[in-house]
Amino acid sequence: MALLSAEKVSFSYDKQKKVINDFSLSVEKGEYIAIIGHNGSGKSTLAKLFNGLLKPDAGDLTVDGFSVHDKKSEFEIRKRVGVVFQNPDNQLVASIVEDDVAFGPENLGVNRKEIGERIDFALSSVGMQDFRHSSPTRLSGGQKQRIAIAGVLALTPQILVLDESTAMLDPKGRAEVLSVVKKLNKEKEVTVISITHYMDEVVEADRVVVLSDGKIALSGTPEQIFKNQEVLNNLGLELPLCTEIAQKLGLGDGVLTKERLAEELCKLTLKI
Amino acid sequence: MQIDVKNLTFNYGQNSKATSSVALDNISLTINEGEFFGIIGHTGSGKSTFVQHLNGLIKLNKNSGEIKIGEFDLGDKNCDFKALRSKLGMVFQYPEYQLFAETVFEDVAFGIKNFMPTVTEEEKEKMVRTALETVGLNYERVKDMSPFELSGGQKRRVAIAGVIVTKPEVLVLDEPVAGLDPVGKRDFIALLKKLHASFVKTIILVSHDMDLVADNCTQVAVFAKGKIAKVGSPEEVFGDYEEIKNMGLDLPLTAYLKNQLEKQGVKIGGKLSVEEFINAVKSYGKGGKV
Repeated sequence: MALLSAEKVSFSYDKQKKVINDFSLSVEKGEYIAIIGHNGSGKSTLAKLFNGLLKPDAGDLTVDGFSVHDKKSEFEIRKRVGVVFQNPDNQLVASIVEDDVAFGPENLGVNRKEIGERIDFALSSVGMQDFRHSSPTRLSGGQKQRIAIAGVLALTPQILVLDESTAMLDPKGRAEVLSVVKKLNKEKEVTVISITHYMDEVVEADRVVVLSDGKIALSGTPEQIFKNQEVLNNLGLELPLCTEIAQKLGLGDGVLTKERLAEELCKLTLKI
Repeated sequence: MQIDVKNLTFNYGQNSKATSSVALDNISLTINEGEFFGIIGHTGSGKSTFVQHLNGLIKLNKNSGEIKIGEFDLGDKNCDFKALRSKLGMVFQYPEYQLFAETVFEDVAFGIKNFMPTVTEEEKEKMVRTALETVGLNYERVKDMSPFELSGGQKRRVAIAGVIVTKPEVLVLDEPVAGLDPVGKRDFIALLKKLHASFVKTIILVSHDMDLVADNCTQVAVFAKGKIAKVGSPEEVFGDYEEIKNMGLDLPLTAYLKNQLEKQGVKIGGKLSVEEFINAVKSYGKGGKV
Protein backbone atom coordinates (compact mmCIF):
# COMPACT_ATOMS: atom_id res chain seq x y z
CA MET A 1 0.00 0.00 0.00
CA ALA A 2 1.20 3.46 -0.83
CA LEU A 3 2.24 5.59 2.15
CA LEU A 4 0.48 8.65 0.77
CA SER A 5 -2.17 8.42 -1.83
CA ALA A 6 -4.15 11.21 -3.45
CA GLU A 7 -7.06 10.14 -5.58
CA LYS A 8 -8.78 12.61 -7.89
CA VAL A 9 -8.30 15.40 -5.37
CA SER A 10 -9.82 18.79 -6.19
CA PHE A 11 -9.62 21.94 -4.12
CA SER A 12 -10.81 25.51 -4.52
CA TYR A 13 -10.42 28.51 -2.20
CA ASP A 14 -13.38 30.40 -3.62
CA LYS A 15 -15.63 27.57 -4.82
CA GLN A 16 -15.01 28.72 -8.40
CA LYS A 17 -11.46 28.31 -9.58
CA LYS A 18 -10.08 24.85 -8.93
CA VAL A 19 -6.54 25.36 -7.66
CA ILE A 20 -6.07 21.60 -7.50
CA ASN A 21 -7.96 19.78 -10.20
CA ASP A 22 -8.39 16.02 -10.30
CA PHE A 23 -4.93 15.37 -8.86
CA SER A 24 -3.80 11.80 -8.26
CA LEU A 25 -0.45 10.72 -6.86
CA SER A 26 0.81 7.71 -5.03
CA VAL A 27 3.96 7.97 -2.91
CA GLU A 28 5.84 4.93 -1.61
CA LYS A 29 7.82 4.77 1.62
CA GLY A 30 11.37 6.05 1.23
CA GLU A 31 10.78 7.88 -2.04
CA TYR A 32 12.25 11.32 -2.75
CA ILE A 33 9.78 13.24 -4.84
CA ALA A 34 10.22 16.72 -6.25
CA ILE A 35 7.22 18.81 -7.22
CA ILE A 36 7.86 21.71 -9.56
CA GLY A 37 5.59 24.14 -11.36
CA HIS A 38 5.29 27.85 -12.08
CA ASN A 39 4.08 30.37 -9.46
CA GLY A 40 0.37 29.81 -8.95
CA SER A 41 0.38 26.22 -10.23
CA GLY A 42 -0.99 24.95 -6.92
CA LYS A 43 2.20 23.60 -5.32
CA SER A 44 1.81 25.19 -1.90
CA THR A 45 -1.86 24.26 -1.76
CA LEU A 46 -0.77 20.66 -2.27
CA ALA A 47 1.60 20.87 0.69
CA LYS A 48 -1.29 21.96 2.89
CA LEU A 49 -3.55 19.22 1.54
CA PHE A 50 -0.90 16.57 2.24
CA ASN A 51 -1.08 17.07 6.01
CA GLY A 52 -4.74 17.97 6.25
CA LEU A 53 -4.34 21.73 6.85
CA LEU A 54 -6.73 22.00 3.90
CA LYS A 55 -9.40 19.42 3.06
CA PRO A 56 -10.13 18.35 -0.51
CA ASP A 57 -13.52 19.44 -1.95
CA ALA A 58 -13.63 16.23 -3.94
CA GLY A 59 -11.54 13.07 -4.01
CA ASP A 60 -9.70 11.41 -1.19
CA LEU A 61 -6.26 11.71 0.33
CA THR A 62 -4.95 9.03 2.64
CA VAL A 63 -1.76 8.80 4.66
CA ASP A 64 -0.77 5.39 5.96
CA GLY A 65 -4.40 4.36 5.55
CA PHE A 66 -5.90 7.38 7.37
CA SER A 67 -8.25 9.52 5.29
CA VAL A 68 -8.25 13.31 5.64
CA HIS A 69 -12.03 13.22 5.55
CA ASP A 70 -12.17 11.25 8.78
CA LYS A 71 -12.15 13.84 11.58
CA LYS A 72 -10.58 11.39 14.01
CA SER A 73 -7.59 10.92 11.70
CA GLU A 74 -6.39 14.52 11.90
CA PHE A 75 -3.73 13.94 14.55
CA GLU A 76 -2.67 10.64 13.03
CA ILE A 77 -2.00 12.42 9.73
CA ARG A 78 -0.21 15.39 11.29
CA LYS A 79 2.02 12.96 13.19
CA ARG A 80 2.99 11.29 9.95
CA VAL A 81 3.36 14.28 7.63
CA GLY A 82 5.56 17.17 8.72
CA VAL A 83 5.70 20.35 6.64
CA VAL A 84 8.54 22.87 6.60
CA PHE A 85 7.55 26.19 5.03
CA GLN A 86 9.47 28.90 3.25
CA ASN A 87 10.16 31.59 5.79
CA PRO A 88 12.45 30.51 8.65
CA ASP A 89 11.31 33.44 10.78
CA ASN A 90 7.65 32.42 10.76
CA GLN A 91 7.98 28.89 12.03
CA LEU A 92 9.82 29.06 15.31
CA VAL A 93 7.66 29.62 18.39
CA ALA A 94 9.87 29.37 21.45
CA SER A 95 12.74 31.48 22.76
CA ILE A 96 15.06 28.51 23.29
CA VAL A 97 15.88 25.95 20.59
CA GLU A 98 15.03 22.86 22.68
CA ASP A 99 11.65 24.31 23.70
CA ASP A 100 10.87 24.93 20.07
CA VAL A 101 11.71 21.38 19.09
CA ALA A 102 9.67 20.07 22.05
CA PHE A 103 6.58 22.05 21.05
CA GLY A 104 5.13 19.39 18.74
CA PRO A 105 5.58 16.32 20.96
CA GLU A 106 4.36 18.30 24.01
CA ASN A 107 1.16 19.02 22.11
CA LEU A 108 0.72 15.35 21.40
CA GLY A 109 1.13 14.53 25.09
CA VAL A 110 4.38 12.63 24.73
CA ASN A 111 5.93 11.94 28.15
CA ARG A 112 8.82 14.00 29.46
CA LYS A 113 11.53 11.38 29.19
CA GLU A 114 10.67 10.56 25.61
CA ILE A 115 10.50 14.24 24.67
CA GLY A 116 14.09 14.56 25.87
CA GLU A 117 15.13 11.64 23.68
CA ARG A 118 13.27 13.02 20.71
CA ILE A 119 15.01 16.40 21.08
CA ASP A 120 18.39 14.62 21.12
CA PHE A 121 17.48 12.64 18.05
CA ALA A 122 15.99 15.58 16.13
CA LEU A 123 18.80 18.03 16.85
CA SER A 124 21.55 15.54 16.09
CA SER A 125 19.81 14.55 12.84
CA VAL A 126 20.10 18.13 11.61
CA GLY A 127 23.54 18.69 13.14
CA MET A 128 22.35 21.34 15.61
CA GLN A 129 22.92 19.60 18.96
CA ASP A 130 25.39 22.29 20.05
CA PHE A 131 22.65 24.91 19.79
CA ARG A 132 20.18 23.17 22.10
CA HIS A 133 20.17 26.00 24.63
CA SER A 134 20.58 28.89 22.17
CA SER A 135 17.98 31.41 21.18
CA PRO A 136 16.62 30.91 17.63
CA THR A 137 16.91 34.66 17.00
CA ARG A 138 20.69 34.34 17.09
CA LEU A 139 20.82 31.72 14.35
CA SER A 140 21.37 32.13 10.61
CA GLY A 141 18.56 31.41 8.15
CA GLY A 142 19.93 27.99 7.29
CA GLN A 143 20.28 27.11 10.97
CA LYS A 144 16.72 28.28 11.65
CA GLN A 145 15.37 26.07 8.86
CA ARG A 146 17.31 23.15 10.32
CA ILE A 147 15.61 23.83 13.68
CA ALA A 148 12.25 23.95 11.88
CA ILE A 149 13.06 20.56 10.37
CA ALA A 150 14.11 19.28 13.81
CA GLY A 151 10.77 20.46 15.19
CA VAL A 152 9.06 18.33 12.57
CA LEU A 153 11.40 15.36 13.15
CA ALA A 154 10.53 15.40 16.85
CA LEU A 155 7.11 14.19 15.77
CA THR A 156 8.86 11.21 14.11
CA PRO A 157 7.04 11.76 10.81
CA GLN A 158 7.19 9.31 7.95
CA ILE A 159 6.90 12.03 5.36
CA LEU A 160 8.76 15.32 5.26
CA VAL A 161 7.17 17.94 3.01
CA LEU A 162 9.39 20.90 2.11
CA ASP A 163 7.47 23.83 0.69
CA GLU A 164 10.20 25.97 -0.88
CA SER A 165 12.12 25.60 2.37
CA THR A 166 15.36 26.82 0.85
CA ALA A 167 14.01 29.77 -1.15
CA MET A 168 14.98 32.42 1.39
CA LEU A 169 18.39 30.97 2.26
CA ASP A 170 21.82 31.89 0.98
CA PRO A 171 23.80 29.24 -0.94
CA LYS A 172 25.49 27.97 2.23
CA GLY A 173 22.20 27.69 4.12
CA ARG A 174 20.63 25.95 1.15
CA ALA A 175 23.43 23.41 0.98
CA GLU A 176 23.12 22.74 4.74
CA VAL A 177 19.40 22.07 4.54
CA LEU A 178 19.68 19.96 1.39
CA SER A 179 22.36 17.74 2.85
CA VAL A 180 20.28 17.17 6.00
CA VAL A 181 17.24 16.25 3.91
CA LYS A 182 19.25 13.91 1.72
CA LYS A 183 20.70 12.19 4.76
CA LEU A 184 17.28 11.72 6.37
CA ASN A 185 16.00 10.20 3.15
CA LYS A 186 18.95 7.86 2.59
CA GLU A 187 19.76 6.83 6.17
CA LYS A 188 16.49 7.12 8.05
CA GLU A 189 14.15 6.22 5.21
CA VAL A 190 12.13 9.39 5.66
CA THR A 191 9.95 9.94 2.61
CA VAL A 192 10.61 13.38 1.13
CA ILE A 193 8.27 15.52 -0.94
CA SER A 194 10.20 18.62 -1.97
CA ILE A 195 8.40 21.54 -3.57
CA THR A 196 10.94 23.83 -5.19
CA HIS A 197 11.80 26.37 -7.87
CA TYR A 198 15.45 25.39 -7.94
CA MET A 199 15.96 23.07 -10.87
CA ASP A 200 19.26 21.86 -9.42
CA GLU A 201 17.45 20.56 -6.30
CA VAL A 202 15.19 18.49 -8.53
CA VAL A 203 18.15 16.49 -9.79
CA GLU A 204 18.37 14.74 -6.39
CA ALA A 205 14.86 13.30 -6.65
CA ASP A 206 13.83 9.75 -7.57
CA ARG A 207 10.76 11.11 -9.29
CA VAL A 208 9.72 14.55 -10.48
CA VAL A 209 6.13 15.72 -10.73
CA VAL A 210 5.43 18.82 -12.81
CA LEU A 211 2.29 20.64 -11.74
CA SER A 212 0.36 22.99 -13.99
CA ASP A 213 -3.07 24.47 -13.24
CA GLY A 214 -3.53 22.05 -10.38
CA LYS A 215 -2.92 18.99 -12.53
CA ILE A 216 0.06 16.75 -13.16
CA ALA A 217 1.45 17.85 -16.52
CA LEU A 218 4.52 15.59 -16.53
CA SER A 219 6.03 13.01 -14.27
CA GLY A 220 9.16 10.89 -14.43
CA THR A 221 12.82 10.69 -13.49
CA PRO A 222 14.84 13.93 -13.66
CA GLU A 223 16.46 12.64 -16.88
CA GLN A 224 13.07 12.12 -18.48
CA ILE A 225 11.68 15.45 -17.30
CA PHE A 226 14.61 17.51 -18.54
CA LYS A 227 14.59 16.06 -22.03
CA ASN A 228 12.16 18.48 -23.50
CA GLN A 229 12.96 22.15 -23.10
CA GLU A 230 9.98 23.32 -25.13
CA VAL A 231 7.40 21.46 -23.04
CA LEU A 232 9.00 22.77 -19.85
CA ASN A 233 9.05 26.34 -21.14
CA ASN A 234 5.36 26.09 -21.94
CA LEU A 235 4.80 25.04 -18.34
CA GLY A 236 6.66 28.10 -17.07
CA LEU A 237 9.82 26.17 -16.23
CA GLU A 238 13.34 25.92 -17.52
CA LEU A 239 16.09 23.36 -17.77
CA PRO A 240 18.84 23.36 -15.16
CA LEU A 241 21.59 25.59 -16.57
CA CYS A 242 23.93 22.56 -16.91
CA THR A 243 21.43 20.70 -19.03
CA GLU A 244 20.74 23.73 -21.19
CA ILE A 245 24.43 24.32 -21.92
CA ALA A 246 24.92 20.60 -22.64
CA GLN A 247 22.05 20.54 -25.10
CA LYS A 248 23.20 23.72 -26.85
CA LEU A 249 26.62 22.14 -27.33
CA GLY A 250 25.12 18.90 -28.62
CA LEU A 251 26.25 16.84 -25.61
CA GLY A 252 22.93 15.05 -25.25
CA ASP A 253 19.97 15.23 -22.87
CA GLY A 254 21.13 13.38 -19.79
CA VAL A 255 23.60 15.93 -18.38
CA LEU A 256 22.10 17.10 -15.08
CA THR A 257 25.08 18.04 -12.90
CA LYS A 258 28.00 20.43 -13.33
CA GLU A 259 30.52 17.65 -12.68
CA ARG A 260 29.10 15.58 -15.50
CA LEU A 261 29.00 18.61 -17.81
CA ALA A 262 32.66 19.39 -17.08
CA GLU A 263 33.55 15.79 -17.89
CA GLU A 264 31.64 15.86 -21.17
CA LEU A 265 33.20 19.19 -22.12
CA CYS A 266 36.69 17.88 -21.48
CA LYS A 267 36.01 14.91 -23.73
CA LEU A 268 34.60 17.18 -26.40
CA THR A 269 37.47 19.65 -26.42
CA LEU A 270 40.20 17.04 -26.14
CA LYS A 271 38.86 15.32 -29.22
CA ILE A 272 39.36 18.50 -31.23
CA MET B 1 25.10 59.95 -11.55
CA GLN B 2 28.44 58.60 -10.44
CA ILE B 3 28.61 57.03 -7.01
CA ASP B 4 31.73 57.70 -4.95
CA VAL B 5 32.17 56.09 -1.57
CA LYS B 6 35.25 56.89 0.46
CA ASN B 7 36.42 55.28 3.71
CA LEU B 8 32.92 54.24 4.72
CA THR B 9 32.85 52.66 8.17
CA PHE B 10 29.80 51.59 10.09
CA ASN B 11 29.06 49.53 13.15
CA TYR B 12 25.76 48.49 14.63
CA GLY B 13 26.86 49.60 18.09
CA GLN B 14 28.98 48.09 20.83
CA ASN B 15 26.03 46.15 22.20
CA SER B 16 25.20 44.53 18.90
CA LYS B 17 24.88 40.77 19.12
CA ALA B 18 26.43 40.32 15.69
CA THR B 19 29.66 38.33 15.71
CA SER B 20 31.58 41.48 14.92
CA SER B 21 30.08 44.87 15.55
CA VAL B 22 31.93 46.38 12.57
CA ALA B 23 29.56 45.91 9.64
CA LEU B 24 31.53 48.05 7.19
CA ASP B 25 35.23 48.58 7.56
CA ASN B 26 36.77 51.47 5.64
CA ILE B 27 35.12 50.82 2.29
CA SER B 28 35.99 52.83 -0.81
CA LEU B 29 34.23 52.17 -4.08
CA THR B 30 33.36 54.03 -7.26
CA ILE B 31 30.41 52.97 -9.36
CA ASN B 32 30.38 54.69 -12.72
CA GLU B 33 27.24 55.75 -14.50
CA GLY B 34 26.07 53.07 -16.91
CA GLU B 35 27.28 50.05 -14.97
CA PHE B 36 25.24 46.95 -14.23
CA PHE B 37 27.03 46.51 -10.94
CA GLY B 38 26.91 43.26 -8.98
CA ILE B 39 27.52 43.02 -5.23
CA ILE B 40 28.18 39.55 -3.90
CA GLY B 41 29.39 38.11 -0.62
CA HIS B 42 28.51 35.86 2.22
CA THR B 43 25.48 36.53 4.41
CA GLY B 44 26.66 39.03 7.01
CA SER B 45 29.45 40.40 4.82
CA GLY B 46 27.96 43.90 4.84
CA LYS B 47 26.24 44.00 1.42
CA SER B 48 22.85 45.14 2.67
CA THR B 49 24.32 47.55 5.19
CA PHE B 50 26.30 49.07 2.35
CA VAL B 51 23.37 49.61 -0.01
CA GLN B 52 21.24 51.03 2.79
CA HIS B 53 23.78 53.85 2.99
CA LEU B 54 23.29 54.76 -0.65
CA ASN B 55 19.86 56.33 -0.20
CA GLY B 56 20.49 57.60 3.29
CA LEU B 57 18.49 54.96 5.15
CA ILE B 58 21.57 54.70 7.31
CA LYS B 59 22.92 58.18 7.82
CA LEU B 60 26.57 59.14 7.84
CA ASN B 61 28.09 60.72 10.91
CA LYS B 62 31.26 62.75 11.02
CA ASN B 63 33.64 59.81 11.39
CA SER B 64 31.96 57.37 9.08
CA GLY B 65 33.38 58.45 5.72
CA GLU B 66 32.08 60.07 2.58
CA ILE B 67 29.39 59.25 0.02
CA LYS B 68 28.80 61.38 -3.06
CA ILE B 69 26.11 60.46 -5.56
CA GLY B 70 25.94 62.86 -8.51
CA GLU B 71 25.40 66.29 -6.95
CA PHE B 72 24.32 64.82 -3.62
CA ASP B 73 26.76 64.83 -0.74
CA LEU B 74 25.22 62.45 1.78
CA GLY B 75 27.40 63.71 4.61
CA ASP B 76 26.12 67.27 4.13
CA LYS B 77 23.53 68.34 6.71
CA ASN B 78 21.54 70.03 3.96
CA CYS B 79 21.46 67.02 1.66
CA ASP B 80 17.98 66.72 0.10
CA PHE B 81 17.24 63.05 0.77
CA LYS B 82 13.80 63.19 -0.81
CA ALA B 83 15.27 64.36 -4.10
CA LEU B 84 18.01 61.74 -3.80
CA ARG B 85 15.50 58.95 -3.20
CA SER B 86 13.48 59.94 -6.23
CA LYS B 87 16.63 59.56 -8.31
CA LEU B 88 18.03 56.48 -6.62
CA GLY B 89 15.32 53.84 -6.27
CA MET B 90 15.72 50.98 -3.83
CA VAL B 91 14.03 47.61 -4.21
CA PHE B 92 14.33 45.44 -1.11
CA GLN B 93 14.07 41.67 -0.78
CA TYR B 94 10.54 40.40 -1.30
CA PRO B 95 9.28 43.90 -2.19
CA GLU B 96 5.73 42.54 -2.57
CA TYR B 97 5.55 42.33 1.22
CA GLN B 98 5.77 46.10 1.30
CA LEU B 99 2.65 46.84 -0.71
CA PHE B 100 0.12 48.57 1.50
CA ALA B 101 -2.39 50.73 -0.37
CA GLU B 102 -5.97 49.84 -1.19
CA THR B 103 -5.47 49.92 -4.94
CA VAL B 104 -2.56 49.26 -7.26
CA PHE B 105 -2.85 52.86 -8.49
CA GLU B 106 -2.50 54.33 -5.01
CA ASP B 107 0.42 52.07 -4.21
CA VAL B 108 2.36 53.03 -7.32
CA ALA B 109 1.45 56.71 -6.94
CA PHE B 110 2.74 56.87 -3.36
CA GLY B 111 6.27 57.74 -4.45
CA ILE B 112 5.02 60.66 -6.55
CA LYS B 113 2.94 62.01 -3.67
CA ASN B 114 5.96 61.71 -1.42
CA PHE B 115 8.77 62.97 -3.64
CA MET B 116 6.98 65.23 -6.13
CA PRO B 117 4.04 66.81 -4.32
CA THR B 118 3.54 69.47 -6.99
CA VAL B 119 2.67 67.02 -9.77
CA THR B 120 -0.90 67.47 -11.10
CA GLU B 121 -3.47 64.66 -10.99
CA GLU B 122 -3.32 64.37 -14.76
CA GLU B 123 0.46 64.04 -14.81
CA LYS B 124 0.32 61.62 -11.92
CA GLU B 125 -2.03 59.34 -13.81
CA LYS B 126 0.26 59.42 -16.82
CA MET B 127 3.29 58.55 -14.70
CA VAL B 128 1.54 55.64 -12.98
CA ARG B 129 0.30 54.35 -16.33
CA THR B 130 3.79 54.48 -17.82
CA ALA B 131 5.32 52.74 -14.79
CA LEU B 132 2.78 49.90 -14.80
CA GLU B 133 3.08 49.42 -18.54
CA THR B 134 6.89 49.42 -18.30
CA VAL B 135 6.79 46.50 -15.88
CA GLY B 136 4.44 44.65 -18.22
CA LEU B 137 1.08 45.10 -16.48
CA ASN B 138 -2.16 46.21 -18.12
CA TYR B 139 -2.95 49.62 -16.59
CA GLU B 140 -6.72 49.54 -17.09
CA ARG B 141 -6.99 46.02 -15.76
CA VAL B 142 -4.96 46.35 -12.58
CA LYS B 143 -5.22 50.00 -11.51
CA ASP B 144 -8.32 49.59 -9.33
CA MET B 145 -7.49 46.15 -8.03
CA SER B 146 -6.22 45.55 -4.53
CA PRO B 147 -2.52 44.64 -4.75
CA PHE B 148 -3.36 41.60 -2.63
CA GLU B 149 -5.55 40.13 -5.37
CA LEU B 150 -2.54 39.73 -7.63
CA SER B 151 -0.20 36.76 -7.98
CA GLY B 152 3.24 36.84 -6.39
CA GLY B 153 5.01 37.73 -9.64
CA GLN B 154 2.50 40.49 -10.41
CA LYS B 155 2.82 41.92 -6.90
CA ARG B 156 6.55 42.14 -7.37
CA ARG B 157 6.02 44.03 -10.62
CA VAL B 158 3.68 46.48 -8.88
CA ALA B 159 6.33 47.02 -6.21
CA ILE B 160 8.93 47.76 -8.91
CA ALA B 161 6.48 50.10 -10.67
CA GLY B 162 6.20 52.02 -7.39
CA VAL B 163 9.97 52.52 -7.39
CA ILE B 164 10.48 53.40 -11.06
CA VAL B 165 7.48 55.75 -11.22
CA THR B 166 9.76 58.71 -10.42
CA LYS B 167 12.17 57.57 -13.16
CA PRO B 168 15.23 57.03 -10.97
CA GLU B 169 18.61 57.13 -12.68
CA VAL B 170 19.99 54.53 -10.32
CA LEU B 171 18.15 51.38 -9.29
CA VAL B 172 19.42 49.31 -6.36
CA LEU B 173 17.97 45.82 -6.00
CA ASP B 174 18.55 43.40 -3.12
CA GLU B 175 18.00 39.75 -4.20
CA PRO B 176 15.29 40.70 -6.69
CA VAL B 177 14.62 37.24 -8.15
CA ALA B 178 14.41 35.22 -4.91
CA GLY B 179 11.20 33.19 -4.81
CA LEU B 180 10.32 33.66 -8.49
CA ASP B 181 9.80 30.63 -10.70
CA PRO B 182 12.30 30.12 -13.55
CA VAL B 183 10.26 31.91 -16.19
CA GLY B 184 9.32 34.68 -13.74
CA LYS B 185 13.04 35.08 -13.10
CA ARG B 186 13.88 35.22 -16.79
CA ASP B 187 11.16 37.79 -17.45
CA PHE B 188 12.34 39.85 -14.51
CA ILE B 189 15.91 39.95 -15.79
CA ALA B 190 14.59 40.98 -19.20
CA LEU B 191 12.72 43.82 -17.45
CA LEU B 192 15.92 44.96 -15.73
CA LYS B 193 17.73 45.00 -19.07
CA LYS B 194 14.90 46.98 -20.63
CA LEU B 195 15.05 49.53 -17.81
CA HIS B 196 18.83 49.72 -18.12
CA ALA B 197 18.43 50.49 -21.82
CA SER B 198 16.02 53.36 -21.09
CA PHE B 199 15.97 55.84 -18.20
CA VAL B 200 17.73 53.74 -15.54
CA LYS B 201 21.39 54.48 -16.17
CA THR B 202 22.95 52.42 -13.41
CA ILE B 203 21.77 49.18 -11.84
CA ILE B 204 23.22 47.87 -8.59
CA LEU B 205 22.30 44.26 -7.96
CA VAL B 206 22.92 42.49 -4.64
CA SER B 207 22.67 38.75 -5.14
CA HIS B 208 23.74 35.29 -4.03
CA ASP B 209 23.03 33.98 -7.51
CA MET B 210 26.46 33.83 -9.14
CA ASP B 211 25.07 32.74 -12.51
CA LEU B 212 22.80 35.78 -12.56
CA VAL B 213 25.72 38.07 -11.72
CA ALA B 214 28.12 36.49 -14.24
CA ASP B 215 25.52 36.60 -16.98
CA ASN B 216 24.47 40.23 -16.56
CA CYS B 217 26.90 42.39 -14.62
CA THR B 218 29.61 44.59 -16.10
CA GLN B 219 31.42 45.01 -12.76
CA VAL B 220 31.34 42.99 -9.56
CA ALA B 221 32.40 43.79 -5.99
CA VAL B 222 32.95 40.98 -3.51
CA PHE B 223 32.21 41.87 0.10
CA ALA B 224 33.85 39.89 2.89
CA LYS B 225 33.74 40.71 6.59
CA GLY B 226 32.75 44.31 5.97
CA LYS B 227 35.51 44.99 3.46
CA ILE B 228 35.68 44.84 -0.30
CA ALA B 229 37.78 41.79 -1.05
CA LYS B 230 37.80 42.22 -4.79
CA VAL B 231 36.34 44.40 -7.51
CA GLY B 232 36.47 44.06 -11.29
CA SER B 233 34.80 42.49 -14.29
CA PRO B 234 33.09 39.10 -13.70
CA GLU B 235 36.04 37.49 -15.52
CA GLU B 236 38.55 39.13 -13.18
CA VAL B 237 36.56 38.43 -10.04
CA PHE B 238 35.70 34.82 -10.80
CA GLY B 239 39.01 34.06 -12.48
CA ASP B 240 40.63 32.80 -9.29
CA TYR B 241 38.71 29.69 -8.27
CA GLU B 242 40.58 29.07 -5.03
CA GLU B 243 40.19 32.64 -3.84
CA ILE B 244 36.41 32.63 -4.39
CA LYS B 245 36.12 29.24 -2.69
CA ASN B 246 38.10 30.48 0.32
CA MET B 247 35.61 33.31 0.68
CA GLY B 248 32.88 30.69 0.99
CA LEU B 249 31.29 31.59 -2.35
CA ASP B 250 30.32 29.46 -5.32
CA LEU B 251 31.61 30.01 -8.82
CA PRO B 252 29.16 30.73 -11.60
CA LEU B 253 28.69 27.60 -13.69
CA THR B 254 30.58 29.00 -16.69
CA ALA B 255 33.59 29.94 -14.54
CA TYR B 256 33.56 26.49 -12.94
CA LEU B 257 33.56 24.85 -16.37
CA LYS B 258 36.38 27.06 -17.65
CA ASN B 259 38.38 26.18 -14.58
CA GLN B 260 37.81 22.44 -15.05
CA LEU B 261 38.78 22.70 -18.72
CA GLU B 262 41.91 24.62 -17.86
CA LYS B 263 43.02 21.76 -15.60
CA GLN B 264 42.94 19.59 -18.73
CA GLY B 265 45.00 22.16 -20.59
CA VAL B 266 42.06 23.54 -22.56
CA LYS B 267 41.89 27.30 -22.42
CA ILE B 268 38.57 28.86 -23.32
CA GLY B 269 38.64 32.65 -23.53
CA GLY B 270 35.84 35.17 -23.70
CA LYS B 271 33.33 36.38 -21.20
CA LEU B 272 31.39 34.45 -18.58
CA SER B 273 27.89 34.99 -19.94
CA VAL B 274 26.27 31.71 -20.93
CA GLU B 275 25.86 32.76 -24.54
CA GLU B 276 29.48 33.82 -24.96
CA PHE B 277 30.71 30.72 -23.19
CA ILE B 278 28.80 28.46 -25.58
CA ASN B 279 30.11 30.43 -28.56
CA ALA B 280 33.65 30.24 -27.23
CA VAL B 281 33.44 26.44 -26.88
CA LYS B 282 32.00 26.14 -30.37
CA SER B 283 34.66 28.33 -31.96
CA TYR B 284 37.34 26.40 -30.08
CA GLY B 285 36.02 23.39 -31.94
CA LYS B 286 36.51 25.18 -35.24
CA GLY B 287 40.17 25.67 -34.49
CA GLY B 288 39.77 29.35 -33.63
CA LYS B 289 41.87 29.96 -30.55
CA VAL B 290 39.88 32.45 -28.55
